[in-house]
Amino acid sequence: MGSIPAVRTTPAWPAALPESPWALQRTDNLLEVSQLHLWRGDRHLLRGLQFSVAAGQLLQLLWPNGTGKTTLLRCLAGFLHAEQGEVRWQGTNVEKDRDAFHWDLAYLGHESALKGDLTAMENLRLSCALRVPQKAERLRIALEKVGLGSIDPALPVRSMSAGQKRRVALARLSLWHARLWLLDEPATNLDAAGQAVFGKLLGAHLSGGGLAIVATHRAIELAGTANRFWVAPQEVPQ
Amino acid sequence: MSWTWFHRFGSPPYFYRFAGRWAPWFLGFATMLLLVGLYGALVSAPVDYYQSEVYRIIYVHVPSSYLALMSYTWMAVAAAVGLIWRIKVAHAVAAACAPAGASFTVVSLVTGMIWGEPTWGTWWTWDPRLVSQLFVLFFFLGYIALRGAIEDRERADRTSAVLAIVGVVNVPIVHWSVTWWNSLHQAPTLMRADGPSMPMSMLWPLLVMILAYTFYFIALMLMRARAEVLRRERGGTWLREELSDEEKE
Amino acid sequence: MSLRASSPAAAMAVLRRDLLLAARRPGEWLQPLGFFVLVTVLFPLAMDPEPSRLRMVAPAALWVSLLLASLLALEILFREDSRDGTLEQYALSGQSFTALLLAKTATHWLLTGLPMVLVGPLAALSLAAPAAAVPGIALALFLGSLSLSLIGAIGAGLTLGTRRGGALLSLLVLPLVAPVLIFGARATAWAIAGEEAAGALYLLGAMGVLALTLAPLAAAAAVRISME
Repeated sequence: MGSIPAVRTTPAWPAALPESPWALQRTDNLLEVSQLHLWRGDRHLLRGLQFSVAAGQLLQLLWPNGTGKTTLLRCLAGFLHAEQGEVRWQGTNVEKDRDAFHWDLAYLGHESALKGDLTAMENLRLSCALRVPQKAERLRIALEKVGLGSIDPALPVRSMSAGQKRRVALARLSLWHARLWLLDEPATNLDAAGQAVFGKLLGAHLSGGGLAIVATHRAIELAGTANRFWVAPQEVPQ
Repeated sequence: MSWTWFHRFGSPPYFYRFAGRWAPWFLGFATMLLLVGLYGALVSAPVDYYQSEVYRIIYVHVPSSYLALMSYTWMAVAAAVGLIWRIKVAHAVAAACAPAGASFTVVSLVTGMIWGEPTWGTWWTWDPRLVSQLFVLFFFLGYIALRGAIEDRERADRTSAVLAIVGVVNVPIVHWSVTWWNSLHQAPTLMRADGPSMPMSMLWPLLVMILAYTFYFIALMLMRARAEVLRRERGGTWLREELSDEEKE
Repeated sequence: MSLRASSPAAAMAVLRRDLLLAARRPGEWLQPLGFFVLVTVLFPLAMDPEPSRLRMVAPAALWVSLLLASLLALEILFREDSRDGTLEQYALSGQSFTALLLAKTATHWLLTGLPMVLVGPLAALSLAAPAAAVPGIALALFLGSLSLSLIGAIGAGLTLGTRRGGALLSLLVLPLVAPVLIFGARATAWAIAGEEAAGALYLLGAMGVLALTLAPLAAAAAVRISME
């Protein structure tokens, strides 16, 4: 794994979470997908997909609209059942222990999953309470990192702009200690500054040993990372 | 391996062929049994002491009531198989049971009402057996309505499967309601610990009719399920070959 | 590094979040209660309000109103969270999905069922029920409303994502909650008549326990399927 810098500026992944026996396995390819087939009614949406993603890599799905980007991400997350094929995380089939896989996973869909009547801080606090409860200070730092440090703390999320809401969702991503990020059009509604923030967040995640699969209609340029592009579902990812 | 037949039925081409072959036979058996049963019911069975000729409606009411419960149970079992093992043919079978089962339940309720009026003096009573049978109808209608309300076919299959399984609690209630409560409806005459309480001359047409209805239901279910499989597998190449084979015959 | 939250702690977080949301938007949760009172008031208006007659109708009026108001409330149980993606995040949190949904159902009952349990006896008094019947009525409503929320959650899960969920929800839930209605009304009638209502109350309690063990599993299955 020569592409990972020796000096890490972000906290390293915990060497072994008390509950997770997988951390002891060291595989280069953390996520392996083999012969994935999925039908939805009559339509054969995913046709024998075969790929793997290693630590520190970003796989961008640049497929045309309607060819199954969202379907693939939702299938990997576990919402959709694949008729054939296997998804392996850290060497183990995800069907064997879904909860452990989900603990390592952060999914961001089209909807940001934010409650409009709560403030950003409240949203973050309660989201983290489902995973690893965080102190208010860390939540504030996370909000600052996405450029929302100066907003009114009592402002409910529904009064924010679409771009600000998306940034709150990104802040949430950085607070979860999830190794695999599955992001579906994460940069929607983000202005140029927002996209820069997202790029930084993603870069920090990848250089810390995480991996990400991002469905996007515009390629993300990130320096210093193993950046892979997958332009069309029939072709092999580059 | 005993599981091979299970997986074989789950394959759409196999099921399509199987249903196509056997449905006419079941229909034929049902018709024959129906004719025999009707003869027994209307001609050879003696007149009842208390209820005279009216009681003959039992030969339609009892089989349809049994079939209402049997078809619901069958639907729930097929739904469970489809849900747990993700076999799509099972969902097609479950979908096929619902309209037939609902019709049987309606026939059961209506013939019950027709029988109740002269014997009990009322068309309807809020009695555990009648109410729980009415709920069986509600479950069938709810199942059909839920299927229709969801656009995505797989979600419709699986959501209605959950409903079918949840509603199965009602079936034992219908059957045991006349034992558990003081019901106006009479206690079970057939499925009793010490054997049926009817004389043989009245009993055999009833059993024949029950068998006739069962075969009719199976034939109906096979035909409907086959049509459902046909609709779902439109794009399959096996279907094209199958249909061209049928044309040649 | 702090350890991850346990399932009960996560469920409590969901409970707290839903209560916080309800505090910010109280109107939504007062509607079912208002509907309950409204329907109960309709009965004396629609009949000869002579006390002995009212007393006879009171159990039916109370329980029909409870059922209708609960059905109204059930529509909003999962709707919002389904729309904004929160339910998806619950499913992906690595916590027991059934426990999280049970927490949601519990909050839902606290906000819709419990107020009706508190207001119900007052409504019964307005329907010429004797004051001595109040404890029995309150207990019956308490046990019955719990079952209604738990079983109703199954219907709410099944109709998530259907176009006009409301009418379909009622059709699906009614056969499942009919026993609760029957025995709840019976217990109320006996309480009003001053007779021993223990039998019906025990049955209501048993139904509640059965609902608590089985209904959340069915509801979780239904919600999971709706996210496919």
